[in-house]
Amino acid sequence: MRMICLMAAAMILAAAGATAYADGSGDPTAVKSEDGKYFDKEDNPTFKISSDGTVDWYTYSGYRRYHSECHVCHGPDGEGSTYAPALKNSLKTMGYADFVGVVASGRKNVSTAQENVMPAFGDNPNVACYMDDIYVYLRARADDALGRVRPSKHEEKPAAYTKAEDSCMGKH
Amino acid sequence: MRKVLLASCLGSVAALAAGSASANDELVKMSQNPKDWVMPAGDYANTRYSKLNQINASNVGKLQVAWTFSTGVLRGHEGGPLIIGNMMYVHTPFPNKVYALDLSQDNKIVWKYEPKQDPNVIPVMCCDTVNRGLSYGDGKVFLHQADDKLVALDAKTGNLVWSATNGDPAKGQTGTSAPFVIKDKVLVGTSGGEFGVQCSMTAYDIKDGKQVWKAYSEGPDNQILFDDKTTALGKPTGKDSSIKTWEGDQWKIGGGCTWGWVSYDPQLNLVYYGSGNPSTWNPKQRPGDNKWSMTIFARNPDNGVARWVYQMTPHDEWDYDGVNEMILSDQQINGQARKLVTHFDRNGLGYTLDRETGELLVAEKYDPKVNWTSGVDMNKSSPTYGRPKVLDQYSTDKQGEDHNVKGICPAALGTKDEQPAAYSPDTQLFYVPTNHVCMDYEPFKVSYTAGQPYVGATLSMYPPPGETNMGNFIAWDGKTGKIVWSNKEQFSVWSGALATAGDVVFYGTLEGYLKAVDAKTGKELYKFKTPSGIIGNVTTYENNGRQYVAVLSGVGGWAGIGLAAGLTDPTAGLGAVGGYAALSNYTALGGTLTVFALPQ
Repeated sequence: MRMICLMAAAMILAAAGATAYADGSGDPTAVKSEDGKYFDKEDNPTFKISSDGTVDWYTYSGYRRYHSECHVCHGPDGEGSTYAPALKNSLKTMGYADFVGVVASGRKNVSTAQENVMPAFGDNPNVACYMDDIYVYLRARADDALGRVRPSKHEEKPAAYTKAEDSCMGKH
Repeated sequence: MRKVLLASCLGSVAALAAGSASANDELVKMSQNPKDWVMPAGDYANTRYSKLNQINASNVGKLQVAWTFSTGVLRGHEGGPLIIGNMMYVHTPFPNKVYALDLSQDNKIVWKYEPKQDPNVIPVMCCDTVNRGLSYGDGKVFLHQADDKLVALDAKTGNLVWSATNGDPAKGQTGTSAPFVIKDKVLVGTSGGEFGVQCSMTAYDIKDGKQVWKAYSEGPDNQILFDDKTTALGKPTGKDSSIKTWEGDQWKIGGGCTWGWVSYDPQLNLVYYGSGNPSTWNPKQRPGDNKWSMTIFARNPDNGVARWVYQMTPHDEWDYDGVNEMILSDQQINGQARKLVTHFDRNGLGYTLDRETGELLVAEKYDPKVNWTSGVDMNKSSPTYGRPKVLDQYSTDKQGEDHNVKGICPAALGTKDEQPAAYSPDTQLFYVPTNHVCMDYEPFKVSYTAGQPYVGATLSMYPPPGETNMGNFIAWDGKTGKIVWSNKEQFSVWSGALATAGDVVFYGTLEGYLKAVDAKTGKELYKFKTPSGIIGNVTTYENNGRQYVAVLSGVGGWAGIGLAAGLTDPTAGLGAVGGYAALSNYTALGGTLTVFALPQ
């Protein structure tokens, strides 16, 4: 499944050479939505930012979760630090499936020159329950659709989201 | 005037030593020899003051680099080397290498120690893989490894003498602090406040590494080692003083970590240190005062029992850890000679207390921008005596979960973090490296998983509105609680200061400058750009008749994470990027020790 996703993403990348936006998952343009969650044409979660700056709930929620769980290593606004890479750059080439895989299982890059270790967050509900939120926020940063700001306006928290969140956070 | 002060200072040092017949005389004596630097802060009082004066205000402008040493490690380099006779001991961040250099043999590496540690400890360290240095005693060098092991190395050979497991990284317990040797014990704290660790200070036998006592920051009285004589602000704390202030058994994941510095008064036989933030950062989730997080502890080093405590920030709402150094000085207040402890807290208040009784004497803002409190209640008959008055508009608890509280000063990294201040008995001033940064803070609900981050707040940081400097280096009068002079710095000053009898004060900057300033006026007398940003502490020593000044550079730590990409200006509105300088435009990674001296 993951391989197929990756291949699809690579093909999109190649095909989407002429579009304004292209990140690791291809063209981020939202083509449909379900309960306040937006998807691109490959069914990857994506952001939706209106001309007045209103962001979808997932982008807003992802901003908050990122700055709680991720920024102590990866720096503010996905900009990176002396300690860990800038995720706004990583997502320019990394697809959704890879992102989920690394966040859930972690990653090690240890050599004589560096000791970078990303922990596995699969068992951490504060991250695992908000995987798509964080992805959508960072995807918006990777595509320069959102600047280094706290989103000022956002869509309402969808009722279905609240239900899913409660069950995800509650079961742990 | 200066002579008189010096004489009285020497007198008090002698008095300290005289009253310590039972203390580790070796270290008391060694710390009085200004040629050496035998413990992290130079002396038990944590003054970071040296009597050496070959380098002084009139010649420091001629300072030159004498030699350099690459540590071979890239991460943030906090702390500084120890110097004992001809030997210098240099530590590094993870993987926590230790080098023993022979200063009489052109700084040849006599031995090197590198522990084998599971790299899985790296991401459990909240903010870079820093280590704040070594300690010495009984012919051994002590290292607190990232994996929360305390090891004793033979100072001559580097051979492992013993190793003690202080905590479990799988539960978020890690080691970043410098050990501290008192008499026949080695004290060591714990990091893990962002992982819901119940933190403690632990004493090990210097001979074999056996645990002697362990004192938790929160929990039942037999875990926090309080007895019926333990006082807070002059009154007995009473039974269950900690667990009464937590809901249910939240104290078991309560934080209160002890990753800062330790000081010791041999005459009073009391050890001083502070505890960190209560876990989580979401105050709504942990009602109560959360004692004894954010607390100054004075304990008996023989058995760990607390003599007195003072909680600076009850029910923390901003991550203002209370771990910063406790500097011991003997000064006159209102014509009376007092034994004092002075502490510059993350919360932006500079505290001076009587170190024998824990009486609160001074609590004043050491950055005028500090705004979360209108001040500490100093009225002894008031029911809120000793508590800071919190302004509702900056209370993240009052504003509640999912509410973004704006414009809180200081930011979570505090008006000062772990970077230790210095005290000069000549000028009777404290020299304080500070952060000048504010924040927005939004708490929200989180759930606890052992060994995983337990944070629960989103925050963004920026310089105080209308200002562009993110740091100041100040001189502070601890008797009155007033700033005497203040130098602006572009970035937070994240380097430990050094005061000397040469009327010169040294500190490093995040761009990488080692700076020397006049102790009386703050006037800059010398600067030199080292290979990387400085978050290490400045040290001085004498070898073969020559005075040296040494500092580790190697940017990183909290500063490297928060400032690497630069801070944004939230008031500039949508689309404003890079409103403030990015540290990454000034410096890059790499650990180097740079040693300075006057030309011969």
